[in-house]
Amino acid sequence: MTRRRDAFPYLLLLPALALTVAIVAWPLAETFRLSFTDASMKPVTTYVGLANYTKIFRSGFEDIIGRTLLWASLSVALKILLGLLVAVLLNAAVPGRALFRILVMPPWIVPIAIGVFMWSWMYNGQFGMISGVLQRVGLISEPFEFMAYGTSAFIATIVTDVWIGVPLVSLYFLAAMQGISKELYEAAWVDGAGRFYRFRRVTLPLLLPSIATMALLSAIWTFNSFDIIWILTEGGPRGATTTMIIDTYKTAISRFRYGEGAARAVLILLFLSAFTSVYVYLLLRLTRKGGTHD
Amino acid sequence: MIDRYRWYELVLIYAGILLVLAFLLAPFLEAFMVSLRPLEMIFRIPYRFFTDDMSFSAYVSMWSSVPDLPLYIFNSFFIAVSVTVLALACIIPAAYAVSRFTFFGRDAILAAFLGINMIGAAVLIIPLYKLMLAAGLLNTYLAMIIPGAAFSVPTGIFLMRSYFLRIPRELEEAAYVDGAGRLYTLWRVILPVSLPGIMVVAITTFIAAYAQQFLFALTFNAVDEYNPLPMGLYQFFGRERVLWNELMAASLTGILPVLLVYLFLQRHIVAGLTSGAVKE
Repeated sequence: MTRRRDAFPYLLLLPALALTVAIVAWPLAETFRLSFTDASMKPVTTYVGLANYTKIFRSGFEDIIGRTLLWASLSVALKILLGLLVAVLLNAAVPGRALFRILVMPPWIVPIAIGVFMWSWMYNGQFGMISGVLQRVGLISEPFEFMAYGTSAFIATIVTDVWIGVPLVSLYFLAAMQGISKELYEAAWVDGAGRFYRFRRVTLPLLLPSIATMALLSAIWTFNSFDIIWILTEGGPRGATTTMIIDTYKTAISRFRYGEGAARAVLILLFLSAFTSVYVYLLLRLTRKGGTHD
Repeated sequence: MIDRYRWYELVLIYAGILLVLAFLLAPFLEAFMVSLRPLEMIFRIPYRFFTDDMSFSAYVSMWSSVPDLPLYIFNSFFIAVSVTVLALACIIPAAYAVSRFTFFGRDAILAAFLGINMIGAAVLIIPLYKLMLAAGLLNTYLAMIIPGAAFSVPTGIFLMRSYFLRIPRELEEAAYVDGAGRLYTLWRVILPVSLPGIMVVAITTFIAAYAQQFLFALTFNAVDEYNPLPMGLYQFFGRERVLWNELMAASLTGILPVLLVYLFLQRHIVAGLTSGAVKE
């Protein structure tokens, strides 16, 4: 049904390509170009070679990279673990399951910023719920201001990120679990395997490609996460929650240093590409070993 | 399932469910409780879940603090619906092209779309800002709609493509034999049978577009008239002394429409996400 030198498929692709080129591809190329200039609010810009990049690393950028990696990996690990647990619970054939499936989704449905307003209140040191409850049960004796200390603010932003991410991750794992053939479980059951054993030996191995896929997607989203940190802390206190994305935004948009911001953006893209390459390599090895359903 | 749950397994499952729901729903519950508290009860130590004089008065007073709340809700819906329509207009033909035709550069285009998935909008914000400035789109709805659609196109293409791949080719071949043109076939034969798949892509695009309106609004829009809900309430949030009861009342009122939409469509959302995600 395709003729040689047929324009039809290209015509079909035209709107998508036009939009993507204008909003993603061109800005991407422009980001690379800007990263070698001293672009700012001034009308004239000059090429400065690698100056932006060397400057970044003289300003303690390693700390920001390390913090970003720690932030993202903790958040992704928690999302995957909690998502697996929730998927198992969602999959359990107990009365009330349908309602449970409806009730887990709201953090994903509502605007991220609104969810973050709510968490911001929860973390409020003097009057917030978490500090209040911790005092009630006697774990702390004084009100605790989560956003005033680096470590607690760091953890708080992760918790909120996990809260927003868990619903979708769970639903994805649930879908993958339902894709596993029932016969495998029945065979294992006939062989006398208990519920936990069946989970460990049937569900988990067959879920590995889905877990890997979700871990990567989730890592990418988490790496790019902006709203949560910006609204909760704007990167503070004293930079304790400044990830690469926040740092880039601050440099470029708040301080109008487009060139330096662009160089930071390029470094983020390099990180994400490295991620993706490792993932594609691992996935290819996993699927080649067999044991996957697609 | 195969074997029935023993009693302690049931206890464990329900305990787990309750814990998970407590974590996922606590902020909503607490926001509701705060919205019922009078201001002096909010700022009171020690913390109490139930306080004296709880009332719905914040739901009345918020209209003078956030008079534009209905406008923000309208803007959010308007932007999310426009993003969805624009994205679908790009996604459907593109997904059809890559699922049905072999042509020069197809794999490269697919790989490019896959790669774009990993680029967050915040990374490209500088040139995007310049682009919006040059196109005269700053402080318009379009500055939030166009990038919103562009960043949802790649994911949509992959979801839609996997749906098209499951539709038998015989359907089109029969139409061609009957003398139908290819555009006509796509419009009259393929689209009607793909409606469930299109619904899934539309709903997920809409929800994402509704949830992620903050960055573009923060960067490209300085006019309150065009603010979507998150941005409209963010200004309220950023004030010196936050009127928490009113902010929470306004937040809950603002998300009620989208929660209702979700409740009506949740069957499709859960079913759609689960069927679409398995075979990727």
